[in-house]
Amino acid sequence: MSAAGMTDALRRLEAMLLIRAYEEKLVEFQRGGAPGTCTSVGQEACAVGVVGALESRDRILTNHRSAAHLIARGADPGRLMAEVLGRIDGYCGGRSGSLHISAKELGVVLTSTIVGGELSMAPGVALAQKMGQGEPGGIVAVFFGDGAACEGIFHEALNLAVQWQLPLLFVCENNDWQAFVHRRETMPDNAIADWAAGHGLPVATVDGNDVEAVHAAAREAVAAIRADGQPRFLELVTYRLRGHFEPDDQAYVDADELARWQARDPLQGQADRLLAQGSLGAADLVQLRDRVAARIEAAARFAQASAWPDPHTLTHHVYAEQGARS
Amino acid sequence: MTRMTTEQAIHQALAEEMQRDERVLLMGEGVATKRPDLVQDFGATRVRNTPLAEAIIAGTAVGAAASGLRPVIDLLFAPFLTYAMDALVNSAGKLRYLSGGQFEFPLVAMSMTGSGWCVGAQHNHNLEAMFAHAPGLKVVMPSTAADFKGLLKAAIRDDNPVVFFTDLGLLHQEGEVPDEADHVVPLGLAAVRRVGADVTLVSYAKTVGVCLQAAEQLQAQGIAAEVIDLRTLKPLDETTVLRSLRKTGRLVVVTEASGLCGMAAELAALAATRAFDVLRAPVVRLTGPDAPGASSWVLEQAALPTAEAVVEAVRGMLGEVAVGCEALAAS
Ligand SMILES: Cc1ncc(C[n+]2csc(CCOP(=O)(O)OP(=O)(O)O)c2C)c(N)n1
Ligand SMILES: [Mg+2]
Repeated sequence: MSAAGMTDALRRLEAMLLIRAYEEKLVEFQRGGAPGTCTSVGQEACAVGVVGALESRDRILTNHRSAAHLIARGADPGRLMAEVLGRIDGYCGGRSGSLHISAKELGVVLTSTIVGGELSMAPGVALAQKMGQGEPGGIVAVFFGDGAACEGIFHEALNLAVQWQLPLLFVCENNDWQAFVHRRETMPDNAIADWAAGHGLPVATVDGNDVEAVHAAAREAVAAIRADGQPRFLELVTYRLRGHFEPDDQAYVDADELARWQARDPLQGQADRLLAQGSLGAADLVQLRDRVAARIEAAARFAQASAWPDPHTLTHHVYAEQGARS
Repeated sequence: MTRMTTEQAIHQALAEEMQRDERVLLMGEGVATKRPDLVQDFGATRVRNTPLAEAIIAGTAVGAAASGLRPVIDLLFAPFLTYAMDALVNSAGKLRYLSGGQFEFPLVAMSMTGSGWCVGAQHNHNLEAMFAHAPGLKVVMPSTAADFKGLLKAAIRDDNPVVFFTDLGLLHQEGEVPDEADHVVPLGLAAVRRVGADVTLVSYAKTVGVCLQAAEQLQAQGIAAEVIDLRTLKPLDETTVLRSLRKTGRLVVVTEASGLCGMAAELAALAATRAFDVLRAPVVRLTGPDAPGASSWVLEQAALPTAEAVVEAVRGMLGEVAVGCEALAAS
């Protein structure tokens, strides 16, 4: 199956397969002694569905669980892996590691692993956009979790976005977990959508494991923001299939709940749909997986061959050189 | 004595203090998940998972402390303390004073920091000096398992708000912990970890180990270094440092935290203002750089003071390196 002949739905499947394979490689690295990561296994449809609805002029903010957003945006898995391994060819030269990867060239700006950090900065990015700093018509999408909605800054960001009419798409990936605490311990069941609505935001709550549903809702929200410049809110209902951070034995996770969600794996769901529609054959699926696996192997080789940063550059990039950019 | 890790020592301290005083409660993101035995022993009302919201965790602790409880809050990684800064700095640190002494704030805010996990600056930031700078707060940063236990117990019993830092590089380090029923280490007392007459090495947390290694290497070169572990950064045990300085006349301060306005600067000031007459060499500060913590292992390592750097600094103070340089210049 050539990349050129693929439908958008098939591309979304391939993007999810790529994200999954990338993160599985990181798990393997971690077992070999590399730093751990927060994987988005089980949440790939959220990233692929939303990012695919954005244009290159749009900006994205994300958090500690960012790999899927970055890859969906077209990030090079080799450079991402190099970053996770702390190597010079990483998007941030090894300074970030896995937790705060920004890639300005891709429009993925200001990634923060302080939960809520992305929410605190997103209104400013959208304000700059509105005041003419970005490409005309661009909007901003900010990804965060259900846990971030517990931080006070969540409400502050939503309120400001509404009051200042900022072109901002709030994307909450509600995966039921906040590190080692289940969401049911921290908020009423429908709290997130209700809170957003309470701030006056139009809200759509969508099955976050159905990439087509996510994509459709995101397209609608993005079009609405572009049309009237007002913020929108998407709640994507999903589940964290692996632990919070590698390694994590998930001993605290209810096995039945986990099994229920494993049965709703977004990759399998999309593959089944396309197989049923006849737009994907069993052999095509194998071919897709092989192509993805080959890319990830190449990426891993690239990352492992990448040099360590020079220790003498330790204090580079702490301060701006005055005038260098103005 | 029982051998245990820092993590186990902390857990024992929590369990013993909760046993001892029913006003002690533990709150934080995942504390109940992480410490199911405490939930079992003391109940879910005293061991509480919280929403992911540091500002309200700390604020709740402050309010509860002023009203008769003795909260311990686990804020996970030190950089997250900045969300809790208002409650800790503006409320806990100031409202005793501003109320004319009407209220006490017996609470402990725990967090982890330090290099070693390659997690980068939003998890690794030695910002203990920020809290030492805030009036009304005490600051503790132990280096041994015994002290983690004894100082945490003392912190929980203290009637002041205490910010308690755990250097994450020490979490799995083992040490001997006294078996006595009530092992409490008073706040505000430094420990002399090694006795020596030629130079005083002052540090706290993980870098105490660096100083001890350096002292070992110096010993082999005939130089006797005294190593002081501050244990509590505030109140600062000036007496122990000055006593040592009067003996050695030379001070090297070693911290993983950056130097500017940090504990090392404070100790240099102490030496300059209170021991100027005995100083035989300028004070040396070996600190982390004025840079956020990088994730890359190589950069993370490059930011740390090493035993070799301490040895070199001491030899320089004693004129040994200088002599070598002169010889080089003459040749
Ligand atoms: C301010 C802050 N508090 C705590 C943490 C530790 N932490 C990292 S991710 C996380 C859970 C976040 O939950 P959620 O927002 O739902 O995102 P998810 O991890 O589920 O994607 C926690 C507690 C942090 N990084 N920042
Ligand atoms: Mg979550």
